[in-house]
Amino acid sequence: MIGLSHYLILAAILFAIGIVGVIRRKNLLMLFFATEIMLNAANIAFAAISSYTGDLGGQMFAFFIIAVAASEVAVGLGLLILIYRKYGTLDLDNFTMLKG
Amino acid sequence: MEGLVYTALFAPLAGSLFAALFGMRPKTLLTGVVTSLLLLVSFIASTALLWHVMHVGPVHVKLMDWIVAGDMSIPFGFNVDQVTAVMMTVVTLVSTVVHIYSNGYMEHDKGFNRFFSYLSAFVFSMLVLVMSDNFLGLFIGWEGVGVCSWLLIGFWYHKPDVTRDENPSISPSWAANEAFIMNRIADLGMLIGIFLIYWNVGSLQYDAVFAAVPHLSHALLVAIGVFLFIGAMGKSAQFPLHTWLADAMEGPTPVSALIHAATMVTAGVYLVIRAHPLYSAVPGVGYFVAVVGTFVAIFAASMALVNRDLKRIIAYSTLSQLGYMFAAAGLGAYWVALFHLAAHAFFKALLFLGAGNVMHAMHDELDIFKMGGLKKVMKWTYIYMGVASLALAGIWPFAGFYSKDTILEVAFNEHTYGIWFVLWLTAGLTAFYSFRLVFLAFWSDERYKCYGFHPHEVQRYVLWAMFPLGLLAVIFGWYKEEFVDFVTGLLPAYEVSEHTHHMLPILVTVTLAIAIGGIVVAYVMYHKRLKRSEKVEASLPYRILYNQYYIPILYEKVFAKPYAELSDIAWKEIDLQVVDATVDGIAKVVEESGDATRRMQSGNLSDYLKWMAGGAIALAILAVIVVANG
Repeated sequence: MIGLSHYLILAAILFAIGIVGVIRRKNLLMLFFATEIMLNAANIAFAAISSYTGDLGGQMFAFFIIAVAASEVAVGLGLLILIYRKYGTLDLDNFTMLKG
Repeated sequence: MEGLVYTALFAPLAGSLFAALFGMRPKTLLTGVVTSLLLLVSFIASTALLWHVMHVGPVHVKLMDWIVAGDMSIPFGFNVDQVTAVMMTVVTLVSTVVHIYSNGYMEHDKGFNRFFSYLSAFVFSMLVLVMSDNFLGLFIGWEGVGVCSWLLIGFWYHKPDVTRDENPSISPSWAANEAFIMNRIADLGMLIGIFLIYWNVGSLQYDAVFAAVPHLSHALLVAIGVFLFIGAMGKSAQFPLHTWLADAMEGPTPVSALIHAATMVTAGVYLVIRAHPLYSAVPGVGYFVAVVGTFVAIFAASMALVNRDLKRIIAYSTLSQLGYMFAAAGLGAYWVALFHLAAHAFFKALLFLGAGNVMHAMHDELDIFKMGGLKKVMKWTYIYMGVASLALAGIWPFAGFYSKDTILEVAFNEHTYGIWFVLWLTAGLTAFYSFRLVFLAFWSDERYKCYGFHPHEVQRYVLWAMFPLGLLAVIFGWYKEEFVDFVTGLLPAYEVSEHTHHMLPILVTVTLAIAIGGIVVAYVMYHKRLKRSEKVEASLPYRILYNQYYIPILYEKVFAKPYAELSDIAWKEIDLQVVDATVDGIAKVVEESGDATRRMQSGNLSDYLKWMAGGAIALAILAVIVVANG
């Protein structure tokens, strides 16, 4: 029987994968993927808990997150393309103009 | 009448502000003339007020509310009653004379305008002091005169410090600071007295406070009386806070005449007279006041016996006479104290101004051993100083005779024969040292010639300016009856007993006898020539007296030195090692941690993301811990 904790463990695993991706990856596109994974981990947790408690608020929140993620990706990918055109690379180690 | 009160009060302030406009400029005669005229206006207004109080009654005006907070209400109010009217007239008269005199005396001084600004500011403060109708206003005036005194003692602040052997006052700025600090110590006592009054009475208005006196406990009255007297001791330079007065002679001589002889130093006596309902209620404190006064009278007179400095001798005599006033006030004869205060103001200011003439003639030489025979070249100064000295010595029919004699009668009448005897003895010493000064400066051989001085008489208008004081030094005593009638409208009348009344002729005779005796001794010793004896000058009593009982040195060793060392320790050990080190330490930690964490800012987004993820995880763990614990 698949219970609440299974969903939460899945969400935690996905979130951890996302974090590791954020920390380890140098490619901007990969960073975007990693963030998306984290957001979806949160969505899974929201939906699971919503279903568990019978409160629709959690699912509503998941929809919000999907909407926010979609708009973020739209803007973010646009910027990514511009960066790639300008520098010919998406490797973060090349972008250190703000070094203090 | 309000107009008169404000004219008398604010004319000197206007003069002071006017002179201050020209303060940094070279001498402009205008400032001297304007301030003198405004002082004259103030004097005329004061005289009119005196007349008004005499024939109509006291005037009370309220300028404005000053401090109104909760239950506390202290207005700026001025009250002109009998005592205030006398004080105002004396203060403005002496001030006017001193202002006119200073036009001549400060003629060549660079700080001419500045001097008049300070001098008029002093008169204003003094008038606030005597006219205020509450203790706080009195305190404002009290501090005001203190500041002006500081400014004027240190008027020649550019003079460098020298050793005590060269000049016992060290330097004008040193003397000014000494006077200010001594007064600060005493003012603390005065403030505590005022606080006690306010806490227990709930008002600082004189009439409210004195009306409440019968309802206060004895111990409280004693405390208030003692604390107020501590304030008076500082301002009037009573032992042990007396050392500043002699050193204050570093100021220009008109300042010594006005502030350190005639007016400011008598503020303490004024305070005791003003608070007479309080002191009458606690005779023990009054007796203490009288004993301190008596002690100072003879103590100061003894130092004047051997001093060679013209101004210091007169300064000690001022101290001594202040002692007389306190003795009278302490014994409950308040009007006698006020009478002596007024008479003393006239003849002592005259004496100081005469001394100023001598200094002027002798190019600021103060050593009377280097003078002699000046009566030939300075006839009018000689006459003025002679008259003032006769008045000071208490010779009939001069002013000092009436006032001092009455004080002695009071001491006798109160059966305080010890006080009477000491004051009687002091009268002899006073006559001796006053005439030692007169004979050494004006009679005897013309020693100044060996030192190459060419003395000359001062300007004619300066001599005329001194005339009112000279006249009053002679005739003021003749109006004793009128004075008594006038001031006993406010102050308690003091009647001598039948027994004392019978003794009066004898008392007067013995007092006159010792005064004349003192003059005769001075005459015999000094009228022909200065005879100096090495043996006497090397003897211990002479050296003790000459060095002011070594009290200034004692103060320096016991208070000033340890205090300086303590300050040194506080500076080097506490301030530098603890306070500064703490502050510096905090700054260092911040700076070094900033330097260390600066490396975080690599500019690489990936690194930032790592930090962010680390932070988020840390926060998450923290949240889990907090939730788990409770």
